Amino acid sequence: MPLLGAPRLPQGPNYGILAEFATPADLYHACQRVRDAGFTRWDAHTPFPVHGLEGAMGIRRSPLPWIVLGMGLTGAALGFGLQYWVHTTAYPLVISGKPYFAWPAMIPITFELGVLFAALGAVFGMLGLNRLPMHHHPLFTSKVFERVTDDAFFISIESWDPRFDPSATGKLLESLGARRVELLESE
Amino acid sequence: MTPAIRDDTYKGPLFNPKAQTGEQIGLAQTEAELLDNPVAGRPTLILRSPDFHSITEAVAEPVERPTPSGWWFFFIPSLALLGLLGVAVSWLFWEGIGVWGLNVPVGWSWDITNFVFWIGIGHAGTLISAILFLFRQTWRTSINRAAEAMTIFAVMCALLFPGIHVGRVWVAYWMFPLPNQMGVWPNFRSPLLWDVFAVSVYGTVSVLFWYVGLIPDLAMMRDRAKTRARKLVYGFFALGWRGSVRQWHHYESAYLVLAALATPLVLSVHSIVSMDFAVSLLPGWHTTIFPPYFVAGAIFSGFAMVLTLMVICRKVFRLEHIVTLRHFDYMAKITLVTGTMVGFAYGTEFFTAWYSGNPYEFFTFLNRAGGPYAWAYWIMVSCNVISPQVFWFKKARTSIPILFVMSIVINIGMWFERFVIITTSLHRDFLPSAWGYFTPTMWDVACLLGSFGLFFTMFCLFVRFIPMVATAEVKTVLPQANPHGGSVPERESEAHRRDLSGPGELAPEGAS
Repeated sequence: MPLLGAPRLPQGPNYGILAEFATPADLYHACQRVRDAGFTRWDAHTPFPVHGLEGAMGIRRSPLPWIVLGMGLTGAALGFGLQYWVHTTAYPLVISGKPYFAWPAMIPITFELGVLFAALGAVFGMLGLNRLPMHHHPLFTSKVFERVTDDAFFISIESWDPRFDPSATGKLLESLGARRVELLESE
Repeated sequence: MTPAIRDDTYKGPLFNPKAQTGEQIGLAQTEAELLDNPVAGRPTLILRSPDFHSITEAVAEPVERPTPSGWWFFFIPSLALLGLLGVAVSWLFWEGIGVWGLNVPVGWSWDITNFVFWIGIGHAGTLISAILFLFRQTWRTSINRAAEAMTIFAVMCALLFPGIHVGRVWVAYWMFPLPNQMGVWPNFRSPLLWDVFAVSVYGTVSVLFWYVGLIPDLAMMRDRAKTRARKLVYGFFALGWRGSVRQWHHYESAYLVLAALATPLVLSVHSIVSMDFAVSLLPGWHTTIFPPYFVAGAIFSGFAMVLTLMVICRKVFRLEHIVTLRHFDYMAKITLVTGTMVGFAYGTEFFTAWYSGNPYEFFTFLNRAGGPYAWAYWIMVSCNVISPQVFWFKKARTSIPILFVMSIVINIGMWFERFVIITTSLHRDFLPSAWGYFTPTMWDVACLLGSFGLFFTMFCLFVRFIPMVATAEVKTVLPQANPHGGSVPERESEAHRRDLSGPGELAPEGAS
């Protein structure tokens, strides 16, 4: 049930190759080599964010901050607009002699709604960019992959990568120090 | 299942390049060896040099094992107090606000005191999760999950009181800008309405922040699950997280953005709470120092509550190697700083009251320190300003009994601070004929105790069902998590070791 369209999973008998590495350092160096070998449809999997791994994989900056900025400005504008409309048009009422359009008094709620929308944008934007929730994935068919949230480090290369070749790619990963290489079935 | 600690001695090189031998720092097995050493440098944050798996075990195992009897020891009294809250609130709704000790001129007392107290407790959780994250204080990783949970439960308690103190609870929805058949809208120019927005946004953002932090650990619980129910429930909430670096990439960006949003948010929330008072024209309330003074007090009391909770939790769940004395040392230092800031604010208020030349203002303060509520004022000063000064001494900062007692003392003091500010400013009106005195009824007491019941019931459920330490974050502060740095675990090949020692290949763009 991804948020932004169906995930483009490969067609064919194999989803791809999963290789396990012993340490973050092993994984880091293997990622650099896989990146330099020109693969594009591949990923690494770690129990925690490993420092600098995006660079080793050649991932571009996340566009998330722009989503957050847009949402934050929208929230602030809506918040300010609501207050302006209520106090000048919908229900103009003099309270404590304040002017109808007492804009400094409207700043706190403008700020709060800006933060609320920005936070919602950050969370749901992140989930959307990550295509989560996605409760089924071919990787979950692997038994060793259960340790991805514990202490194991993986590289997965999808079979529809133009450079993918079941035996050669497996050998490459072994030569990079993988402890175990596994061919995954499509779901 | 593998034992909780597989290897007590970490044999690789150490995180800190200055600390060369295991005896000096890396094998810090006793807590005394744990604190900063000016010669050897800083020791690692997590004791007993665990590997990644043992962190998983230490945190996940207490959630998976059958409910220990000790848990019921905390849960049943908490649940009983929650029941008391139900009775007190039901009676309040049935009979009306008159069951509390409120009167004219004291129209706000324990209800709003409890509200400000609880919302303040929550602020330390956000400080730990957001502000310390922005300042790259990696020691926060051991305590941030529990502190954020504390924030959410404290905000729940806080939200209760404005909701029930309005008298006619069936029209409590008037607080929100809902279109209605009367064509009436709330007054957005009032701090009381700012407060509704600030606290509800704060609660929402705290839950979002907490949940985002939880996703990797829920996935961990899913992957370890032995029963189908557990796999389904944790799996559902883990959203199919698979630890992909392309996911971590957006995830870390989202986490950083949420921290950057929560930081000004938390400062705004208690500033706005203080404006409920400061924007009024009442002597004792009408002062510009309130926003920073309230924020400092909030963090002060919140850290005290974190201390109370963590002293118990690390003992009960045997997490002494993850939540170490070093963490307590740091928290005690923050408590000392914020407590002293609060003391400074008390002094400044008094000075300003005198220097303003306003007789009403100065009377209010003289009356606080020497009037009918002097007992409350001096409880406040001794708990909040005098007693935290023991934290100048490292012995006190690293002694669990002293920390525990102090954490309770501070929270008593901070409750009284809000009571003093609210009640003493109200009970002497401008004309002596309108003077009064507030005495709590048993229903005031029941509401306060009941709110503690709500808080501790939620916290007990939290530690029972959710990993109380953010394992994915704790693993990042282990020395071997750094792919470039000090660590070369034994199983690595000699060739790889040579590879690691060459700095040229090791330093990718921007990495350190």
